[in-house]
Amino acid sequence: MKKGFLGIDVGSVSTNIVVLGTDNKLIKKLYLRTNGQPIDAIQNGLKKIEENLEVEIMGVGTTGSARELAGVIVGADVVKNEITAHAVAGSHLVPGVKTILEIGGQDSKIIILRDGIVVDFAMNTVCAAGTGSFLDQQASRLELAIEKFGELALESDNPVRIAGRCSVFAESDMIHKQQLGHSLEDIIAGLSQALVRNYLNNVGQGKEILEPIIFQGGVAANQGIKAAFEGELDTEVIVPKYYNVMGAFGSALLAKEAVQENDESNFNGFNVSDFDYTASSFECQQCPNHCEIINIHQEGKLVARWGFKCSKGENNQVQSSGK
Amino acid sequence: MKVTFPQMGTMEIAVKTLLEELGLEVIPPPKITQKTLDLGVKHSPEFACLPLKINIGNYIEALENGADTIIMGGGVGPCRFGYYGEVERKILEDLGYDFKMIIVEPIQNDWWGFYKKLKLLLTNISWFNLKQAWQRAWAKGTAVDNLAKTVNQIRAYAQDRKLAQEMYEQALTEIDAAKRIIEIEKLEQSYQTELKQLPQRQNFSPLKVGIVGEIYVVLEPAVNFAIEKKLGERGIVVDRSLTLTQWVKEHLYLGHFKDETKHEEIKEAARPYLQHMVGGHGLETIGETFLYAQDNYDGVIHLSPFTCMPEIIAKSILPRVSQDLDLPVLSITVDEHTGEAGVITRLEAFIDLLKRNHQKGEVI
Repeated sequence: MKKGFLGIDVGSVSTNIVVLGTDNKLIKKLYLRTNGQPIDAIQNGLKKIEENLEVEIMGVGTTGSARELAGVIVGADVVKNEITAHAVAGSHLVPGVKTILEIGGQDSKIIILRDGIVVDFAMNTVCAAGTGSFLDQQASRLELAIEKFGELALESDNPVRIAGRCSVFAESDMIHKQQLGHSLEDIIAGLSQALVRNYLNNVGQGKEILEPIIFQGGVAANQGIKAAFEGELDTEVIVPKYYNVMGAFGSALLAKEAVQENDESNFNGFNVSDFDYTASSFECQQCPNHCEIINIHQEGKLVARWGFKCSKGENNQVQSSGK
Repeated sequence: MKVTFPQMGTMEIAVKTLLEELGLEVIPPPKITQKTLDLGVKHSPEFACLPLKINIGNYIEALENGADTIIMGGGVGPCRFGYYGEVERKILEDLGYDFKMIIVEPIQNDWWGFYKKLKLLLTNISWFNLKQAWQRAWAKGTAVDNLAKTVNQIRAYAQDRKLAQEMYEQALTEIDAAKRIIEIEKLEQSYQTELKQLPQRQNFSPLKVGIVGEIYVVLEPAVNFAIEKKLGERGIVVDRSLTLTQWVKEHLYLGHFKDETKHEEIKEAARPYLQHMVGGHGLETIGETFLYAQDNYDGVIHLSPFTCMPEIIAKSILPRVSQDLDLPVLSITVDEHTGEAGVITRLEAFIDLLKRNHQKGEVI
């Protein structure tokens, strides 16, 4: 049987799984909606990816905002933040890349690389304007399939000006323009430009954006946003082939590296999708911090817990009753 | 009269001693928790920066515990902090609290005014008593700052990093309870020794990171996600550019006691990028970053409260400093969000970046 590595990226909006061969070539990929249920998404994803898969898994890596949770469930060899995972995948697929623009469901980031090494990065902090969820929201308000959003933007001859700084104001601006009679295409194209402006001013502030530039993350599927980036930066922007699973791709590459160091994988096997995982939470009452504690149970047995500000939880000094 | 004051890092230990030595009954606010933040956010203007909101939360909790007099610092620079005392007084009055607020303005040119403010607090105070109280408070402040510096150096090397942190926290508790100067000095010495004797990792060359930024968010672990501890536990040697005692030496001491050598050095270091003060610690952020590069630090983390004007200026200059000196800088904006995951993601990615940089340096 062929050997390979598994990369899992559990983000706010999508859960992506990738199987890489030992030659770093992609064998199989999967893009699923997380739908606010990361445990289900991981289990479903594993089940789906296992179908007809003739690969022995030598190592597994997790990333994304639910990387710790995913790591516990699958038995990860490496649990790595998404910035590093995205950079690793970007520089592997587009050698020599100097700038990575990444827009995901809830966050957007810019990664600056030189000679294959990350030298600078930034991530949106206090504002989610311009991320995938906002586009999703607008698409559903306009009763458009999100996949059509970008195509439609390209059909615009005369994009309208939309305020992009805050998603709430962007929305009211869009509604004003729509009620004045501007065409849908022009409004969507205007929105794309506004988001790109916001991204470059906010996340990209003070960064040296040099070519080659790649654009990845779920939003990179949007032709309108890609075109707006190209217009604003006045240069070509590459959307890599596996743009929507780059985190998982990077995570699989990192797993390969980790296993080389550790010799052995911690992978729990695909049967974890048959186990019953439940998460329970409680508010610790030992001090006024009232930390929200999450317990992860496998078949009723506590396997992980996090959320504490102090060390009491790690030592299991606190019971679920909070007393 | 029962006095209280805002929390800021370990400041409570020295300030409480000072006030108690002057014969006052002191009710410090409880440690900053989610409840403090909730109270502060609820009753403060939305656009104010986090320090004001935490102050308000501190005061409400202290007043509820029986305090009736608040001591707060004032200021004259372009930073909004100078007016926070007044704003906070109004907010608390509107909430119906009955209290007295004493706002101590900067005393560089006005020791007499400072003395008169003290008179408001204390009916009968001699210079001798004042001096003695100050010395005890100063001994505590110095001991605490020195130990913080040591633990930030040691933590990364320690085999059990959590133990180093516990030891430091134990030292804070004991110094807080100590009375005489000799006792304080002994405690500091014994903890210095204990920390340095912790079993260390062999053949370990950690990365070094400096922390710069606005004083409140740099000094208060409850709002900066305990960044020194987080970095230390991940094997990073940390240096914090600001300490309370250093700040006091520059701002409160007079004549030949005043120690401005460090500040002059910082101003000089910042000169190629920024030639005058911009309020708060904007100038210091630039200067200290430059100095960390000179001292061969691997990176700098810049902390600022959301909407902080001086730090916004600094933040827009930092990319140039970073590029010129080939020193990675991570800016973290602190606000009322309490989800740690976002900060941890950025810290981890920053550490990865520094590690790869480090390896690259070794190859060359």
